[in-house]
Amino acid sequence: MRRNWDAIWMVARREFVDQLRDWRIVLPMLTLIALFPFVADDSTRQAIEFMNKYGGDLILERLVPFVVLVIGFFPLSFTLVVALESFVGEKERGTIEPLLSSPLEDSHIYFGKLLVGITTPLLFSGVSVILYLLLISRREIALPSAYILALVSLLTFAHAVLMVSSAIVISVQATTVRAANLLASFIVVPVAFLLQGETVLIFWGNEDVLWLAIVAVTLLAWLIVRLGLSHFRREYLLGREIDTLNFKHLARTFWTRFKGEADGVLEWYTHELPQTLRQLVKPLLIVSLLGVAAIAASYLWVIVEVPEMITLTPDRTDRIRTFVTGNLALLDEVSEQLPAPILFLHNARAVTGIFLFGLFSFGTLGITFFLVNMGLVGAVLGGAQLIGLSPLLTFAAGILPHGIFELTAFFIATAAILKIGAQLVTPQPEKSLGEILLVCIADWFRVFLGVVLPLLALAAVLEIYLTPVLIQLAFKP
Amino acid sequence: MIETNDLSKQFNNSFWAVEGVTLNVRPGKILALLGQNGAGKTTTVRMLTALLSPTRGWARVAGYNVTEHPQAVRANVGVLTEQHGLYLRMTADEYLDYFGTIYGLDAIQRKARADYLLEYFGLAEAAQRRSGEYSKGMKQKLALARALIHDPSVLLLDEPTSAMDPESSRLVRDEIARLKSSQRTIIICTHNLAEAEALADEIAIIYRGKILLNGSLSELKNRVLGPVEYEAIFAEPFDVGDFDLPAGVAIVSRSATSLKFRVESPQTANPKLVHALASRNAPLLSFHEAPRRLEQVYLKTMADAQGLAYAA
Repeated sequence: MRRNWDAIWMVARREFVDQLRDWRIVLPMLTLIALFPFVADDSTRQAIEFMNKYGGDLILERLVPFVVLVIGFFPLSFTLVVALESFVGEKERGTIEPLLSSPLEDSHIYFGKLLVGITTPLLFSGVSVILYLLLISRREIALPSAYILALVSLLTFAHAVLMVSSAIVISVQATTVRAANLLASFIVVPVAFLLQGETVLIFWGNEDVLWLAIVAVTLLAWLIVRLGLSHFRREYLLGREIDTLNFKHLARTFWTRFKGEADGVLEWYTHELPQTLRQLVKPLLIVSLLGVAAIAASYLWVIVEVPEMITLTPDRTDRIRTFVTGNLALLDEVSEQLPAPILFLHNARAVTGIFLFGLFSFGTLGITFFLVNMGLVGAVLGGAQLIGLSPLLTFAAGILPHGIFELTAFFIATAAILKIGAQLVTPQPEKSLGEILLVCIADWFRVFLGVVLPLLALAAVLEIYLTPVLIQLAFKP
Repeated sequence: MIETNDLSKQFNNSFWAVEGVTLNVRPGKILALLGQNGAGKTTTVRMLTALLSPTRGWARVAGYNVTEHPQAVRANVGVLTEQHGLYLRMTADEYLDYFGTIYGLDAIQRKARADYLLEYFGLAEAAQRRSGEYSKGMKQKLALARALIHDPSVLLLDEPTSAMDPESSRLVRDEIARLKSSQRTIIICTHNLAEAEALADEIAIIYRGKILLNGSLSELKNRVLGPVEYEAIFAEPFDVGDFDLPAGVAIVSRSATSLKFRVESPQTANPKLVHALASRNAPLLSFHEAPRRLEQVYLKTMADAQGLAYAA
């Protein structure tokens, strides 16, 4: 352990000193530190004057944590450039080969680069934030609590790990610094959206919700670190000279995997598809457990929290139940209002959403999307319980008939995206990251076209033509 | 010790950069790996440094298999890469200290080795200057010092004297010769054939990833250029006329002032040749082995490989 840390520190220390000797890094950062906290302090002063004049204490209270978040973020985005060129830059300058020829382990080199990539911006972030807090302590404004500051600091740290680790993944995969810089938008754009979301959380008011952002960003950062380490190979760094997209090769790789060894559709269905499905057993088990947990959690939350939130009196409950059971006849019009093909397309779009969200987040956002859907199922059952209808009967008559196909399709599609996430962060020395991604996508499309779409089509027909009838039979007054 | 057997590397499942390389370099020996740019020299060296994994075959360096014990291989090998690879904002002192630490030397060893190498390569006075300020030759010397910092038992040197002035080149060659005499195993990749001829015990010529020739310099000369040739130089034009040549001797070429013979057994034939010339009152200025350089061997081998005619 001590030996590993020494080796990591050795790599990091050299880079750290190297960065501090480069005026092109130090000067802009010092300028940022010297100016930005003062600008932010003055903005805060003007905001205080404005709020005092026109009201808005709540916004004022949340302003400082928000500014701290922004001040902390700026140096991170700035030094992204350094992290982006950490490997590919050394490759271009020819300094990587002596380093790779040394007895240092891959993890030593990787974590050394990661450490310095995180430490430098965090150092500048920390100094900026402290300076800003010192400046605003002179103002007539309540400083944020230590708890809030700790949360924002944790979030800034998670941002640093996320951005630097992403930049290093790009740096390892890119063949030129130029290519790495061009790919930087894949980091900056999502993180900018993330920051906007976190801003909403800060102004929303419930500081505990920030924990969600911290956990989510940390999880994502951890997965990216894992991804980077899994695909860090000395050979890859030295073996590639140019990166061009070979669409023919991409299409061939995808098609070869998608088709497998089958000569026809029947053989594909009977031989290839079952192979892919067998590989989904473990992720399917995990997804099923998560799905059931989401349904149960949502159900419990509704029956415990909602009555208080909407002051659900027995009288009101009766009125809602009477309204629901009295309007069951409206279900006859469902097929006219929502034709089965439209419902099918809607569900197919949702599954595609799970895929796309999951693809760019190692499965995590896809699973989140899935859990939200499962939460809705739990909420419906909880709602039924609250108005005095049997949740079991609601499930049996209103969800199960079509859900047996629809939910199965969602579970399988989500399991497939979870598998993609797991494969991306698993070392596969014989394949490049691009090849792994293509193979994963081909596997997902196997499942999507072979299983998910047929199940969703069947579910849409049942949901429009059978479920309304069963609901009416079950809850007819 | 470096041993390889059928060492091969394929890129992108299509292009064989190195194919079927079998080498055996013993301690105290120097192998010069010669070939055009892109012939596979660097790929071979990278496999021997455990930077690239062989697609086929195996290699054992300093007693370790490159696939099974890559860390141990790297710890025992000193590599001079094609580019000097220096961190230009570091001073020579810092740079050698950094790599000394990476190779596990303690502070006293690092200091001693760095001082020795900087002194030897004439960089002691510039040790506190950042290497970005160095000349090309100084950078190359510092890179060589880096490769030697941990006193490795195996050295893989890519163009060790490139960009150096004659004095520095001589210095580096002397150091390589000293390392050889202290039982290091050395492979040099170079385009400098005179340097290879001066230093190497064995020569391997690689073309399109395959070893065309491998052996000692004299073996290669015999194999490529034929048996040894001797030349008689006359002080003035002299018509030697026809005379009986000893067995195993053939005249290769003649001019007014010289005669060139191919001799299969010099020990027995040469005294008879000299006697025959003297008995005919030939104004013999010198009688010596005709110079045959590695360059001729290399160029003829490459010409043969490419199906071109070789012009001596």
